[in-house]
Amino acid sequence: MEQELLLKEQIQQLCNRGGNNNFGDVMVIGGGISGIQASLDLAAAGYKVYLVDKAPSIGGHMAQLDKTFPTNDCSS
Amino acid sequence: MIKKPKYVDESKCTGCKACVEYCPVKYPDQFNQEISQNKAIHIYFTQAIPLATYIDESCLYLKEKKCTICQAICKADAIDFNQTAEKVEVNVGAIILALGFEPFDPKLRNDYGYGKFKNVVTSLDYERILSPSGAYEGEILRASDKKHPHKIAWIQCVGSRQVNPAGGNSYCSAVCCSYAQKQVILTKEHDAEAECTIFHNDVRTHNKDLERYFQKAEQLPGVRFIRSYVSIGKEIPKSNNVTIRYSTPDDGVKEEEFDMVVLSIGLNPPANYQALADKFGIELNSHGFCKTGLSNPMEATKPGVFVSGSFQGPADIPESVYTASGAGSQCGELLDYRRGKLSKERIYPPERDVSQEEPKVGVFVCHCGANISRVVNVPSAVEYALTLPNVVYAQEQLFSCATNSAKEIADMAKEKGLNRLVIAACSIRTLEPLFRDTLREAGINQYYLDMANIREHCSWVHSKEKEEATHKAKDLIRMSVARSSHLKPLQEFALNVNKTALVVGGGVAGLTSALSVANQGHEVYLVEKDTDLGGMARRIHYTLEGLDVQEYLHDVIRQVYQHPLIRVYTEAAITETGGFVGNFITKVKAQGRVTEIKHGATILATGAEEYQPIEYLYGKDDRVITHLELEEQIVKKEESLLNTRSLVMIQCVGCRNEDRNYCSRICCSESIKNALKLKELNPQMDIYILFRDMRTYGLKEDYYREAAGKDVRFIRYEAQDQPQVEEAVDEDGRNVLRISVTDLILGKKLEIDADKLALAVAVIPSAGSQEAVDLFKVTTNQDGFFKEAHVKLRPVEFAVDGVYLCGMAHYPKHIAETISQSYAAAGRALTLLSRDSVVASGAVAEVNGNDCISCGACITACSYGAIEFMMTPQGRKAGVNPPLCKGDGLCNTVCPTGAIQLKNFTDEQILSQIDAAVAGL
Repeated sequence: MEQELLLKEQIQQLCNRGGNNNFGDVMVIGGGISGIQASLDLAAAGYKVYLVDKAPSIGGHMAQLDKTFPTNDCSS
Repeated sequence: MIKKPKYVDESKCTGCKACVEYCPVKYPDQFNQEISQNKAIHIYFTQAIPLATYIDESCLYLKEKKCTICQAICKADAIDFNQTAEKVEVNVGAIILALGFEPFDPKLRNDYGYGKFKNVVTSLDYERILSPSGAYEGEILRASDKKHPHKIAWIQCVGSRQVNPAGGNSYCSAVCCSYAQKQVILTKEHDAEAECTIFHNDVRTHNKDLERYFQKAEQLPGVRFIRSYVSIGKEIPKSNNVTIRYSTPDDGVKEEEFDMVVLSIGLNPPANYQALADKFGIELNSHGFCKTGLSNPMEATKPGVFVSGSFQGPADIPESVYTASGAGSQCGELLDYRRGKLSKERIYPPERDVSQEEPKVGVFVCHCGANISRVVNVPSAVEYALTLPNVVYAQEQLFSCATNSAKEIADMAKEKGLNRLVIAACSIRTLEPLFRDTLREAGINQYYLDMANIREHCSWVHSKEKEEATHKAKDLIRMSVARSSHLKPLQEFALNVNKTALVVGGGVAGLTSALSVANQGHEVYLVEKDTDLGGMARRIHYTLEGLDVQEYLHDVIRQVYQHPLIRVYTEAAITETGGFVGNFITKVKAQGRVTEIKHGATILATGAEEYQPIEYLYGKDDRVITHLELEEQIVKKEESLLNTRSLVMIQCVGCRNEDRNYCSRICCSESIKNALKLKELNPQMDIYILFRDMRTYGLKEDYYREAAGKDVRFIRYEAQDQPQVEEAVDEDGRNVLRISVTDLILGKKLEIDADKLALAVAVIPSAGSQEAVDLFKVTTNQDGFFKEAHVKLRPVEFAVDGVYLCGMAHYPKHIAETISQSYAAAGRALTLLSRDSVVASGAVAEVNGNDCISCGACITACSYGAIEFMMTPQGRKAGVNPPLCKGDGLCNTVCPTGAIQLKNFTDEQILSQIDAAVAGL
């Protein structure tokens, strides 16, 4: 917790120093279902998000699945 | 970051795939696990985002400066061979590592025949074989002869639960049992006659609703579940069938032939995990997954770096989703002061009032590259549209969805004074939001739009009947034009969002989510029915991984009480609640006073309870206790326990049976946890665990192995042959509990004399959850646990907007899992609370009071509680609460007098469409 507060202050200081720097942004690495959900949540909550994936499309392994258990809904 | 060149300008590419058709280079499709071929230029997969092509390294031009056919084909001029790798530098305040997993590669070991025998595939290969967009377009075929396999075997735990120097992981991959069952069910749907055999170890269907799913698979005809270690035998020449050797207690060792073998491969950490860890400065655990906090599975060892999904360890989809939301919430706690500073709002031109104008319909017919126009004669459809009533303008477009085309539509609408638009293109499921936006840009109410789906409903399904398809496209356009003339402008209304949250339940789940919401600057009311906070965790002292639960709990409770934004009500009851997303009102009664709370979001964390057993002499003999009672005795170092020579644990007491047909998920690990603790206290103690399937899923498998190594004895029993317990006196005259159980390996009855019997009892839904169901109009599954909006994609929210769930009320969970899910509920609540308003759809139901006969049929039909009786000047009539209405139209179908209508889908609009359809016959 204390470590977190310290970090918070550091970021704030950096931000103030950097003027219009974008230190409020979040980078999400991996565009599978988890990365997509994190990005959507953060964007909806008012942050700018950089979503990075090594493949030409987001989707990850879940996109490769045919259907999902236990509802047998389509996966991709 | 290095952004790799795709050699295609994404802003120009429309995804028409004409280039793919003409590209001469074929190479194995990576997305289809290299089972089928793709081209050097291609779209990664059918639903890829961005839905644009890219050029692979197999391209002739990139290799030898030859070809460039795609450049000539592309009408959008999107191909750009001059692209180079781009270096991108960004500053961020937090990082979420959602690196995922790498499928285990069975080629590493020679013993499965993968890569050697043609008809041995991995489970991921098999997904691409099952998929309609996959390797064989949805046909299950064998690689050797492209014929349908009839007899298929699955081998479980490939690369998991094994200690093998040649490759493989000691942990359990947690998802394979269920995905194999899914593959069996889907295989039987493809071919009802298929014979499916699963060779397995323990069946680990420990998650919500999966026990029933397992039974569904098991009960299908022609499906065998065989518990046996196996080895791959040989490939039969000519037939390319594969043999598997296995053994059963009844028949001994057998060798059986199968047409196809699927290896249920496990989940490895992401490729290059060490290099990635070094890059981000984080530590890994011994398996190569991210090392995380004991009480916070989303926290990496470096501040500001969070982790979600299966980089934490093997995870299924819902876990990947809720840990993502949880990580997001923690980023929010860190960066709250920057919230909203970087987002931009769109401004639209004012809306033109066209209510007094005659309908002036504009029709835009899309070629969709060649997707539509190679089948449908688009120019003739445009000509036809111009002949229809009210149509004043029509044109064709290469891609109506392209940015420049959308602008063209908006400009034309202004120039020609159009007040209704018909876009003849694809499904509303994909592009209605985009074209509604186009209407707003043109200053027209967005509900003046109709889309004629001449792609999915026409060109794609009638590719061989061009003339008839053109005819049908015209029919569809005529129907759309007819409906569009009857459309009404509808207003979407913005609802203000109250920034406060109500959290019901003061256990670990409620405490964690309350803190996370409050740490992001929102007021929280925390309501607990008990006198103290802490819930079930007050009875738990340590976790399997070594967290000191009481210390953690005290710290969290202290933080909650000290937080200036959290108000705690203990010994409290909720008497009344109402309202809708962003605007709830709840009355809380505590210490004789009733407080009215206005809140925008609700988090239900009402926990679960311990089943009180009637089995195995519990309550009749003091020596028979539950695991929570055992834990208390361990912590107190009770004498009766320290003197125990022999202790037996029985698993699955009160669940996985007819009354409670679910797995309580945590009990196997709890038993291992207590067994290890007891071995610490007294290494001489004999400990027996009688189990049906040990479900120490994921990384918990390590502790199972440790317990077996410390001489804890595991004896499997069958559901239909439960252990028997009786009071007895042993040879030394000692009073004992005599437990008899059939040893399946030895095939005979064993009798164990024990001083103590610990029952791993079921986790059952709490009484508080049932109260919450009645008050908050939420639903549960058939076992009484909260039902989430979507099992995979919306695991921490209810179908009712603005109400979230977490913890054991959802399903039995370990503390760390509860914490993850509680952060997630907070994160999801923040996506609502951080906004000033939410937009509710204009297409909602509406009651005409004159026609309503107050029968209440619509009220019963509505699953969202959006309709209730209201007093009106005409008397007591059904009335719709618009923010709660989801526009599904169920009420319309049951109304006997047609008094309730769904706006944007009124009888008038639909009947006009039907009339137009019939007019063409």
